[in-house]
Amino acid sequence: MPSVVASITVEDTPNDGGGAVTVRWEVSADELSGGVNRYVLYRSTSQDGAFEEVGDATSNATTFIDGSTEDGVSYYYKIVPLPKSMIGQPTPPAWVDAARTAGPVSSSAQWFDWRRINVLVGVLILCVFIIYYINQAKAGKKLFIRKIAGLEAVDEAVGRATEMGKKIYYIPGTQDMDNVQTIAGVTILGRVAELAAQYETYLQVPVSRSLVLVTAREIVKEAYSKAGRPDAFQEDQVHYLTDDQFGYAAGIDGMVVREKPATIFFMGAFYAESLILAETGNSIGAIQIAGTGMPSQLPFFVAACDYTLIGEELFAASAYLSREPKLLGSLKGQDMGKALILIAIIVGLLLETFGIWNFSRLFSVIQ
Amino acid sequence: MRREIPLIITGLVGIVFVVQYFIPHWPFNRMNAWFSDWFSIVQACAIWLGALNLLKISLEKIARRKSDWGYAVVIIASFLLITIIGFVEGESFRDPGTRFTWLYDFVYTPLSSTMFAILAFFVASASYRAFRARNFEATLLLLAAFFVMMGRVPVGDALTAFMPEGWRLTDLATWIMNFPQTAGQRAIMIGIALGIVSTSLRIILGIERSHLGGD
Repeated sequence: MPSVVASITVEDTPNDGGGAVTVRWEVSADELSGGVNRYVLYRSTSQDGAFEEVGDATSNATTFIDGSTEDGVSYYYKIVPLPKSMIGQPTPPAWVDAARTAGPVSSSAQWFDWRRINVLVGVLILCVFIIYYINQAKAGKKLFIRKIAGLEAVDEAVGRATEMGKKIYYIPGTQDMDNVQTIAGVTILGRVAELAAQYETYLQVPVSRSLVLVTAREIVKEAYSKAGRPDAFQEDQVHYLTDDQFGYAAGIDGMVVREKPATIFFMGAFYAESLILAETGNSIGAIQIAGTGMPSQLPFFVAACDYTLIGEELFAASAYLSREPKLLGSLKGQDMGKALILIAIIVGLLLETFGIWNFSRLFSVIQ
Repeated sequence: MRREIPLIITGLVGIVFVVQYFIPHWPFNRMNAWFSDWFSIVQACAIWLGALNLLKISLEKIARRKSDWGYAVVIIASFLLITIIGFVEGESFRDPGTRFTWLYDFVYTPLSSTMFAILAFFVASASYRAFRARNFEATLLLLAAFFVMMGRVPVGDALTAFMPEGWRLTDLATWIMNFPQTAGQRAIMIGIALGIVSTSLRIILGIERSHLGGD
């Protein structure tokens, strides 16, 4: 029998939703000589009661989380080191009796995950900035927002379609309404639809999700009403193609090649279909404006489209196009958050260079 | 009330989602899963909206003999074929050897793969345009792409085998990917994250209402 573990401690697993106890131990003195292959954990609800096996850990482990506890019930734990020759065989009861006991301990759910306090502080700082600048904007303070070429070109793109007497296509990505990029995409759709209604240019919105269909249709209808052209709105302008990624790409490619729209907008979340769509649009000579928050698809849009809204610019588009003070204020707050992150990066860089590591640890996030 | 009720629901759900990230206690630790389940149920029911819309538009196209109405015939035929066979096969429609699986494996999968394969040609044509050295930035892009591509293929290593380790094309490609590329990508991702927080806050506070159909 290998010598028992030097010490064993138990505690309610912190920052969890309950139902778990963390067991820690110092390895057996026989581990260094290779006399221990596994540690088997036993649990009982009384110190002298029958201990049942609840799990095991490899020889070099010193922690085990027992995720099968009932909240509020007191438990006792024992750890039995096993040599290789005993693997697969029942542990002799005398070995279990001889093992050290730890406890009592009971699990409980916590009301706050302290590992995420840094995220909370970060989000609160950002929210304070955003709300502060929204209030500033509401009070009438003029806020400077840098020019975004892709959004400046929206008027030109719609105007071009009008001059050519051709359609405008608006593709709101391939994801559903639970994706914030899709929400950003359909938000911009409202502004584009309003312009299209004013210019009396046909706007076609093929979508790949049923919920996006309902939302986009409502937005376009509202935009036409706002532009004073409710009669010009046709339900078929916004239509469903398919949920399938490549089926959707094939459907749009076919329509683009046949109908040759003058302008195509790609605004939302895209995956591998991004380049298939954008290159087809490019091949027919359409003016293309894309915007996405998918970093892996941005190079494709940059290569194939005339203008690309890179990441945050997609989320800024609604505020930028509407010029509504409250929305512009939130943009300014976002920029202040960016400035703060930039300062943190520079400070972290300097501290890390001089061997001070604690600052960067403040930014580690538990998923 | 038509605008207020969705705004209140959006705000409440948004706040709950933020709060549940920080609170591991029940019921907050289950909320993410509950909302995901509810969304899946709504999504599953809503699929009929899309399917019916597709059928309606295609039927209208055929009835009015609009341009390219032939494609609408293909859509309806395919739609009815896969739906009817799926219902006829019953619960075991996805088992190996069923007609539904045959259609999936030998019609749908090759068609999907074909579309995906076209991407290779589009990458080539887009790269050709993007890598033309028209100005300083484009030249930089061309050079970076050249070194990364050469560093990723055996011939790149063969050409620079005489150089000391750490100076070969593989090392240069790895350096470009690990440092300038990662730095650029992270900058974009920080911007996206801030944009998402800002957009979410606008929606939760009811400042952004365009997605509800108007300002």
